Amino acid sequence: MTKEEIISQGTLAYKKPTLLNDTQMHYCPGCSHGVVHKLVAEVIEEMGMEDKALGISPVGCAVFIYKYIDIDWEEAAHGRAPALATAMKRLWNDRLVFTYQGDGDLACIGTGETIHALNRGENITIIFINNAIYGMTGGQMAPTTLMGMKTSTSPFGRDAKLHGYPLHITEIAATLEGTAYVSRQSVESVAAIRKAKKAIRKAFDYSMAGKGSNLVEIVSTCNSGWKMSPEKANEWMKENMFDYYPKGDLKDIGAE
Amino acid sequence: MAKIRGTIVVNTERCKGCNLCVVACPVHIITLQKEVNRKGYNYAQLINEEACIGCASCATVCPDGCIEVYKIKMDK
Ligand SMILES: Cc1ncc(C[n+]2csc(CCOP(=O)(O)OP(=O)(O)O)c2C)c(N)n1
Ligand code: SF4
Ligand code: SF4
Ligand code: SF4
Repeated sequence: MTKEEIISQGTLAYKKPTLLNDTQMHYCPGCSHGVVHKLVAEVIEEMGMEDKALGISPVGCAVFIYKYIDIDWEEAAHGRAPALATAMKRLWNDRLVFTYQGDGDLACIGTGETIHALNRGENITIIFINNAIYGMTGGQMAPTTLMGMKTSTSPFGRDAKLHGYPLHITEIAATLEGTAYVSRQSVESVAAIRKAKKAIRKAFDYSMAGKGSNLVEIVSTCNSGWKMSPEKANEWMKENMFDYYPKGDLKDIGAE
Repeated sequence: MAKIRGTIVVNTERCKGCNLCVVACPVHIITLQKEVNRKGYNYAQLINEEACIGCASCATVCPDGCIEVYKIKMDK
């Protein structure tokens, strides 16, 4: 059987989600952002929420996400996405409102907005891409940078005396009464990607059911900032990030 | 026994040559080509049509959504 026959007589087993348009994404080759974009688009399609989804884009590498996923978007000032999401969800309760934010955006300049939106139990989802540095601006240290990790602003490695300790936003979120579902996932393998997709689906479902606020952290790579190949970056993430940021559900009010 | 045959179509102009599909393929039948696309990236290509099982691992991990996968059940 030829390739053409398999294509014409067989079934389509995978294609990129339709909501992810043909605009070429500006991300570095192998960046985790692309994989998470696909998952967000797939979940929105599977929920049939193409016309009701409203994303809030961050400042950071994902600043142009609104060019790639064909839903409604608003662009927030740095770190303020959860505040904007709060307003939109309160005004438009039938919309699927979510933010998409990096660790610099969410766990540094926007820590206040993040924690208070989650604590108020806003019916939104925060998708949190944790690559342990500021990717867009050249790989500077973030609050999430691992101990000893070398970055452009901690060339000798993160030192607790000088820089303090990694901030575990997701653990904090799990202690807040306003949160419904809090999970930490990753996207380096087929199995991990499937789980991450399920977590995003659950968070979106809970937000639409009015159960409270939801946070899905995706432990990610920034291979350019880490100065590694995409493949090496995935290995480094597995070896180093998962100890600091263990994967799994931290809170699920539906399972209690 | 039923056997699955699969194949992939790579959008070579969208591909960024990140190599993640190459690593993800369980039967090791994708490589990056020596030729580059218009962006200057060595793009991914299937090198053994017979061996593809249509598992879609390559397409699932591709950050840029460059791969379509087709499969068919064969009777022998
Ligand atoms: C008010 C303000 N302060 C600082 C900046 C510079 N800046 C742009 S992106 C960024 C950090 C982005 O890092 P992160 O949120 O981790 O996203 P990534 O790029 O890693 O995906 C910073 C500090 C800015 N644009 N606006
Ligand atoms: S700088 Fe890092 S986070 Fe930004 S696109 Fe490149 S790899 Fe991705
Ligand atoms: S579908 Fe599976 S077997 Fe075929 S090329 Fe992709 S990863 Fe390899
Ligand atoms: S994973 Fe996608 S972008 Fe990377 S080499 Fe394969 S087809 Fe190209």
